[in-house]
Amino acid sequence: MELELDSKAPTERTAPSAAWNTASRVLKYSVVRLVSLFVTVVIGIYLTIMIANMGGYVDKMMIAEIQERVTVQVAKNPANKTMDPATKARITEVQIQNEIKRLKLDQPLAVRTTRFLKNALTLNLGRAMFLTSDSGSRSIRAIILERIPYTLLLMGTSELILFFSTLYLALALSRSYGSFWDKLVIALSPTSAVPPWFFGIFLILIFAAALRLLPFGGVIDAPVPQDFSARALSVLKHLILPASALIISSFFLSIYNWRTFFLIYSSEDYVEMAKAKGLPSRDVESRYILRPTLPTIITSFALLLIGLWTGAIITETVFQWPGLGRTTYKAIGLYDTPVIVGTTIIYAYLLAITVFLLDFIYALVDPRVKIGSGESPQ
Amino acid sequence: MKSLKNTLQEILKYPSAVFGTIIVLILVVVAIIVMVKIPYSQAINAWRGGEQVVRKNPKTVPPKWYNWFRSEKLVESLDMQEGDEDVIVEERMTEGGTAIKTTTFTINYEYNSFPQELTLFFTSAYTAKQPFVSIKWFTPDGREIKVANFAITQNYTFPINQDAKLKKKLGDLYPVIGLFASPESAKSANPVPLQGEYKLEIESVMFEEGSTVQPEFVMLGQVFGWAGTDHQRRDLLVPILWGVPIALAFGLIAAVGTSILTMMIAGIGTWYGGVTDALIQRVTEINLVLPFLSILIMVGTFYSRSIWLILGVTVLLSIFTGGIKSYRAIFMQVKESTFIEAAKAYGASDRRIIFRYLIPRIIPLLIPGLVLAVPSFVFLEASLAVLGLGDPVLPTWGKMINDAYENAALYRGWYYWILQPAVLLMFTGLGFASLGFALDRIFNPRLRGM
Repeated sequence: MELELDSKAPTERTAPSAAWNTASRVLKYSVVRLVSLFVTVVIGIYLTIMIANMGGYVDKMMIAEIQERVTVQVAKNPANKTMDPATKARITEVQIQNEIKRLKLDQPLAVRTTRFLKNALTLNLGRAMFLTSDSGSRSIRAIILERIPYTLLLMGTSELILFFSTLYLALALSRSYGSFWDKLVIALSPTSAVPPWFFGIFLILIFAAALRLLPFGGVIDAPVPQDFSARALSVLKHLILPASALIISSFFLSIYNWRTFFLIYSSEDYVEMAKAKGLPSRDVESRYILRPTLPTIITSFALLLIGLWTGAIITETVFQWPGLGRTTYKAIGLYDTPVIVGTTIIYAYLLAITVFLLDFIYALVDPRVKIGSGESPQ
Repeated sequence: MKSLKNTLQEILKYPSAVFGTIIVLILVVVAIIVMVKIPYSQAINAWRGGEQVVRKNPKTVPPKWYNWFRSEKLVESLDMQEGDEDVIVEERMTEGGTAIKTTTFTINYEYNSFPQELTLFFTSAYTAKQPFVSIKWFTPDGREIKVANFAITQNYTFPINQDAKLKKKLGDLYPVIGLFASPESAKSANPVPLQGEYKLEIESVMFEEGSTVQPEFVMLGQVFGWAGTDHQRRDLLVPILWGVPIALAFGLIAAVGTSILTMMIAGIGTWYGGVTDALIQRVTEINLVLPFLSILIMVGTFYSRSIWLILGVTVLLSIFTGGIKSYRAIFMQVKESTFIEAAKAYGASDRRIIFRYLIPRIIPLLIPGLVLAVPSFVFLEASLAVLGLGDPVLPTWGKMINDAYENAALYRGWYYWILQPAVLLMFTGLGFASLGFALDRIFNPRLRGM
């Protein structure tokens, strides 16, 4: 995020040339930034591919697993009972080779990883090795598309509630600095050291195990209710606990951070000045405190939006929530590299695009920021 | 020295800091005591020793202190041997040179529920002729029940409640119930135990000179020890206690390693600038793309689940994160200070300036961040364990939660199994976090008084 306050004295320039200068500067900056972000994504993805392959060791494990599985399959098949051992061995060998070819394990690691990288970068996500979607498809696109609504539902609900409620409460607290509620929030902010899944366990203990009010996990009742409103209600009932876990875990720290942030900004001289002028506090808040903090608020909102994508691996696992996080976890357990890389590449692209766009958004909301003006200390 | 004293005085002004310090100190002391009192090999043996270690423990029962909060007491486990109180031994000889020993175990049973298991363990010495034992059971209302009689080997285990003959004799009731049930209720659907003094009499007949028999009676109850037991009958006190040093070690090493390395790398990058700095910036951006938790899970699944390897990878992945940017911003300011000018003027080397002038200035800012990072690493270990990637050898809190979760402890009402490690984790996290927050407010001038 290269942004800098333009501290150079404004020079006298004719209008067209200034506009031209700005355009060429922005263009040059955009190109350099895009290239560097792309290189970052490429390296990041290649590293992920190599780790997911364990530098080739996973292949050996998989080949051994295929040999065992196919041998047992052929031996157990009742149709092969009367076959003589030599034919059986030949059939086994052919089937092993076919399976190795299907998973493309016969090609050298460098070739495979490079092809993988190319496919990943072109979003040609390909097919999973073991995982299937609920509709039975091996296509990674289908698997991800099937899981994404659940993750977005859970993460979207909790993160949006969290973001706006904490922002609003923090603003209110920064006004009544030093009050009882303010002190309470400060005292409770260490609770955010505890991760969401952990609160999840307690919530399950209280509301599912002890009180039997809400379900232990999952996304909908079985059998699935027939009409739409009953279905929606059932999903809502299952959503309450995981969403609360995610919200509680960051609630107080988030309020504390925003409140401190607003307090720092509201002790600036121009805010004192505005107050001294007798402006209504609502105006002071919106024009003198919120306005300069807008870039930070936008950044954290943008990062939140990308964060929705990855899902919450452990919380989803604890609550048996069929989202993307749990799928990633399952994929890792099955050594299903294409799925791991698929989820990573989407995240990487979204992150790179967001980082790129943020520079421009900063320039739009903050007139002090100029895009790509010189070597900037970040 | 004076600044240290000032800092301590400041800390005392914050109740949360005092609370945090007390918890951290307690944890450290407990960790040291545990490591001294229960050596590592002993802990591992208690945790992974198998059948031999755990056979006298009941299965999935809550800790003893459950009874403190219950009006209706749960059955406590009993382990009785000769020489104990309530065990009477009588010996006599017959003319044929046969020794007969009668061992009577007296059991005061004041509960309204039944025990989990009844087992007799025999150890005997003989050369050719096996000793013979006959077992009788006397109820408080004066009934006598013949349990069984048989010849024993050197190490013989007799699980009373699995004896089919006895079960039949008791009207098809499991011996754990049948032996204790009052005669009226025995035939009903809900048998209730008869309270009072039970006696278990074991008559051992030894046919050789020098032959001995040592019976041991074990009644597995519904509570056990100070922490309860798990599905493999292991005493949960082992992971509860050993979890303390492991959690502290993981959290502290990761936090210290990450903070110090991050700071040093940021310092070096800022000082040399140019290519070094640009390289560090790019590495940080690449690291941002890498999926942290996924990589840890992959390392755990593919390579090794050793806690130390996971620790190393965690530190490596946590160095190049947002922290490096904030340290860099501070170093940028310090770099322009006059005392750095002065150091340069007297010809100090680059290394000297970085390690003697730049880094010491940052340390007050480093400490709060370091303390605040501890809980996240402690919980990271637990998180990985919950995903089934905990260290396979070590008894940890996370491993306990994972075991409990896999056995549906919450669903079956075995709350103690999850609650104990969870509360400990929570306290550890809160202790470090409270201390860290207070330190942050003390050391960070921008937050002072906010």
